[in-house]
Amino acid sequence: MLGLTSRDFTLFAIVCALTLLAPIILNPFPTGSALGASFNAGYPALMQRFAIFGILVVGFNILFGLTGYLSFGHAAFLGVGSYAAVWMFKLLSYNIVPAIVLSIIVAGLFSVVIGYVSLRRSGIYFSILTLAFAQMCYALAYSVFTPLTNGETGLQVYTSDPQVLMSPGDPVVPHLFGLQMNTAEVVRVGPWTWTFEVGYYLCAIMLIAAFYLSIRIFRSPFGMMLRAIKSNQTRMNYTGLNSRPYTLAAFIISGMYAGLAGGLLAAMDPLTGAERMYWTASGEIVVMAILGGVGTLIGPVVGSGIIKYLENIVSKINENILHQWFAALPDGLENVLIGVVHPFVGEGWHLTLGLLFMVVVIFLPGGLVEGGQRVGAMFSRKSRNASGVEADAAAQNPNTPAE
Amino acid sequence: MTKTTYSRRRVLKTSAVAGTGLMLPTYLRAQESGFTNAPQGDTVTIGFNVPQTGPYAEEGLDELRAQELAVEHLNGGGDGGMLNTFSQKNLDGTGIMGKRVEFVTGDTQTKSDVARASAQSMIQKDGCIMINGGSSSGVAVAVQGLCQEAGVIFMAGLTHSNDTTGKDRKANGFRHFFNGYMSGAALAPVLQNAYGSDRRAYHLTADYTWGWTQQESIAAATEALGWETVQDVRTPVGAGDFSSYIAPVLNSGADVLVLNHYGGDMVNSLTQAVQFGLKDKQVNGKNFEIIVPLYSELMAKGAGSNIEGVFGSMNWNWQLQDEGTQAFVRSFGEKYGFPPSNAAHTCYVQTLLYADAVTRAGSFNPCAVVEALEDFEFDGMGNGPTLYRGADHQCFKDVLVMRGVAGSGNANMVGYDTLELVEQTPRAQVEYEPDHPMFAGGSLGECNPGA
Amino acid sequence: MDAIILQILNGLDKGSAYALIALGLTLIFGTLGVVNFAHGALFMIGAFCAVTMQRLLTLSHVVVDESQTDFLGNPLAVNVPYVNSIFGEELGQALINWSVPLSVLLVIPVMLLVGWAIERGLIKHFYKRPHADQILVTFGLAIVLQEIIRAMYGANPIQSPAPPLFSGSVDLGTYLGFQANAIVYPIWRLVYFFFSAIIIAAVFAFLQFTTFGMVVRAGMADRETVGMLGIDIDKRFTFMFGLAAVVAGMAGAMYAPILSPNYHMGMDFLVLSFVVVVVGGMGSLPGAVAAGFLLGILQGFASMNEVKAVLPGIDQIVIYLVAIIILLTRPRGLMGRRGVMED
Repeated sequence: MLGLTSRDFTLFAIVCALTLLAPIILNPFPTGSALGASFNAGYPALMQRFAIFGILVVGFNILFGLTGYLSFGHAAFLGVGSYAAVWMFKLLSYNIVPAIVLSIIVAGLFSVVIGYVSLRRSGIYFSILTLAFAQMCYALAYSVFTPLTNGETGLQVYTSDPQVLMSPGDPVVPHLFGLQMNTAEVVRVGPWTWTFEVGYYLCAIMLIAAFYLSIRIFRSPFGMMLRAIKSNQTRMNYTGLNSRPYTLAAFIISGMYAGLAGGLLAAMDPLTGAERMYWTASGEIVVMAILGGVGTLIGPVVGSGIIKYLENIVSKINENILHQWFAALPDGLENVLIGVVHPFVGEGWHLTLGLLFMVVVIFLPGGLVEGGQRVGAMFSRKSRNASGVEADAAAQNPNTPAE
Repeated sequence: MTKTTYSRRRVLKTSAVAGTGLMLPTYLRAQESGFTNAPQGDTVTIGFNVPQTGPYAEEGLDELRAQELAVEHLNGGGDGGMLNTFSQKNLDGTGIMGKRVEFVTGDTQTKSDVARASAQSMIQKDGCIMINGGSSSGVAVAVQGLCQEAGVIFMAGLTHSNDTTGKDRKANGFRHFFNGYMSGAALAPVLQNAYGSDRRAYHLTADYTWGWTQQESIAAATEALGWETVQDVRTPVGAGDFSSYIAPVLNSGADVLVLNHYGGDMVNSLTQAVQFGLKDKQVNGKNFEIIVPLYSELMAKGAGSNIEGVFGSMNWNWQLQDEGTQAFVRSFGEKYGFPPSNAAHTCYVQTLLYADAVTRAGSFNPCAVVEALEDFEFDGMGNGPTLYRGADHQCFKDVLVMRGVAGSGNANMVGYDTLELVEQTPRAQVEYEPDHPMFAGGSLGECNPGA
Repeated sequence: MDAIILQILNGLDKGSAYALIALGLTLIFGTLGVVNFAHGALFMIGAFCAVTMQRLLTLSHVVVDESQTDFLGNPLAVNVPYVNSIFGEELGQALINWSVPLSVLLVIPVMLLVGWAIERGLIKHFYKRPHADQILVTFGLAIVLQEIIRAMYGANPIQSPAPPLFSGSVDLGTYLGFQANAIVYPIWRLVYFFFSAIIIAAVFAFLQFTTFGMVVRAGMADRETVGMLGIDIDKRFTFMFGLAAVVAGMAGAMYAPILSPNYHMGMDFLVLSFVVVVVGGMGSLPGAVAAGFLLGILQGFASMNEVKAVLPGIDQIVIYLVAIIILLTRPRGLMGRRGVMED
């Protein structure tokens, strides 16, 4: 169906169901309950981020997962995409269509230039080249290009901006031909509250489209070519084939994915800052991809979801909440437990992330997707066949290009 | 396939909507109550959005202490602090309008993006009716814009840029803290007395909204004295090593260095400036001087003995002798063991002012709160008689000029006694028109209740 | 002219830190073949050794002074460091003031231990894995180390002053025939430069003139042959990792008075030192040192107001620009051996 094999189609259907039902799935606990206050993640701003970073990492995976080229500067494309989108809001109107289109184009142009230069080297040199370019973008956005980026303050829309396409009465928040992004329908069922927001569904549809495209790329002859480059580039070159156009195409596609993500980020919240381009932001993209499973289809979505959940939900668990959880226990035990748990939650969520990441790199080079498959295989007789969807991709993971 | 999912979603939506008729709402939607996050039941939630990591983390953590103290006092705990000295007596320790106050906290990391994400989660997930905090003007401006869009009140914490209540002023945002213009106006006469009117100043400026406006304000105020501004060099926030910016200062012909830096940046740049020997040199036949226009106790503590003799300004200081200050310092000091910083003070006061405005308005509706706060005169909060001006939502009150001195090294002073009060500049001297050129270009717009 | 000399001094100073970190990175890469993204974190841990030393020396007991009152009206509590009670006021205070140089004594055992633990516990298992995996796992390690430090010491920079003897500045210009105030430079930064020069010389001497160093160099050139000669090269390489950690740690500890230590300073230095290593040439020790100083000085020049007036923003990007040019035109770096990591 849809040009997909039945296995891929199952995966695609699962992703569709998960994204479209996210407002329900992510609010498993009743609103107002203690668990709900701590662990519910089904509010629009966070769901938007799940979808947007999903798009970003799905795109990153087309480069890193298929070709093995580890870009350490991918956040730059996200950043320029956001700037382009906010400028469209400032110059034209709050309609998101020109904003998102321009953000993809601008990110595409940046990736043509950066990709063309960086892809002359491979391995760690490629990583450092992309890192250097991204850091230059960041530093310039912070200093010389302040008139374009508004520096540390962040670029935002003012009422005094031209907005030439804006007529009186138009919404003053981002909208799709009048359909405002922040329009939301709140539905209550029993003690549960679910919020269905236009902005989230726009992101969700984009994610589904991006995911579909990524499956098609993975299964296409082009995708096969990229994998061939990953497994042995030298051999490819010896057969007389110039591999660079293929890697460059992958680089540009993945840059445009990042531009789309940046544009969406601005469309959901029309403000952007240079910190989106800092190298640790690029590092976070890498972490997301590895955590989920590089080279697998669903891994990027899993990885970005886990990190955004940690960042927004676990980071808000403070000492008071811990006291509430363990209140039933005897005092001594309560304090011991809080002492053990506290460093890993709240502002210590980075520690949890770092440890989780190390565990994955050391023991599960195929990411959590591989972990899931191993667990699944333990419970299932027909292990190899059933989990075949991802296994072939994950199995090749440890190979990076020849250095 | 897409068609199938669409219809499935529709089926689900219709069935869910049908189901809602039977359900009990836990809190009302904006369309039902007339404003965002109208509190239902017997509690009201407010959000404290402060930097807990990053260059301004220490200020943020101190703000959080004061905010927790304010909530305790509002709910009738502790000794009541400034509730007893506040000129309005509407708050009686039973929460806000009989609802117990609860709070959630968030970490802004001193980044606009993160701060907005954190504020969004407070509004959308935790149902906050008011956001308080911010320890950087970039962040405050970003979060203020967000609160305006979402229809909740933003009570700014430590933000000193002219833009917060100037170019970027918003109807739903209020600032108790003073600003760059007021610092300039308060410092200028003191500087003239101390250093004369023939000086050449070299500015190092943090490269964002606060740095730009403070530099502009200080340069304007000192140039009015007859000083000359030799050069203004922008430095990236969080640069760490400022040596390449400081090295050329001594040889530039300047005899005063103005550090428009704050927090960790100021600690580093001041320390390095002192290491470069700036404080014990003579230029143009005069002693070289350093000025830090915006001071805080926490920066003074971080910079240690380097701040001796350095002038700066503050919104408030725990050494003031009025009743309100003493009440606040006592309850803060007894709870935490050391005096509060001026960042803590402003967040504490903002929380009480919000609670009082709600009580006077008789409603949590942001527009009613805005009306209650506009042109509101009050006293007993440590700054003397204070006005919340309706035209730009800026507070007007006395400004303090401070000078660094050697600390006593006492255990529970934690380095807070390294600043001495030089002058309490009266409010009239720091007032300006709402359309002053440094503040022009913005408009409050309409208050937004979110419905 | 005086401005240029000032920026050269600044460059030497920054370059010292870059060179020391890059030296360690190169040692690890050259011996173990591992790309260590956690090296910045080792620098940071070194800086926090200085903080720890200061904390240890100022461990205090509280003496209540009934004659004075504090801000709440209670009797005043005064902190008295134990060293003051043990060694007397004068010597005790001197010890506290000299805590940064003294911390080098703490750095050596701590960093050897940390380096040994990292190599045996983690890196060892990654020799055979691709460079990308090494980068990733050490990047994860860097996050973990930095978060542990944050949990222990908080998120804020902690001031750790230089000893009073070195805390002022010196007017170098007067010795060179310039007018007064032309070239004023902090003494501690000069001390830092000389300190790093000594460390670098010591590392080179160790590799050049000791049997141990000779074996290590042989191992770097051809690990298998050395192994076949019956020498346990692994043990020596583990020690080299520890040595690299000590070098980074000392660089960090002595840098503490220049830049108040904070938990993310390692990440800030890491990227720059990687660029330094690449520019110098992967695996080349002299290259790392030369590139460290070269890039430090270039950065110093780029921050001159005169240069920035012509090329705005150049101070922020000059290092990356150089790295890109070097990587594109001469990927083995300035002094890299032909064939090492070249493609």
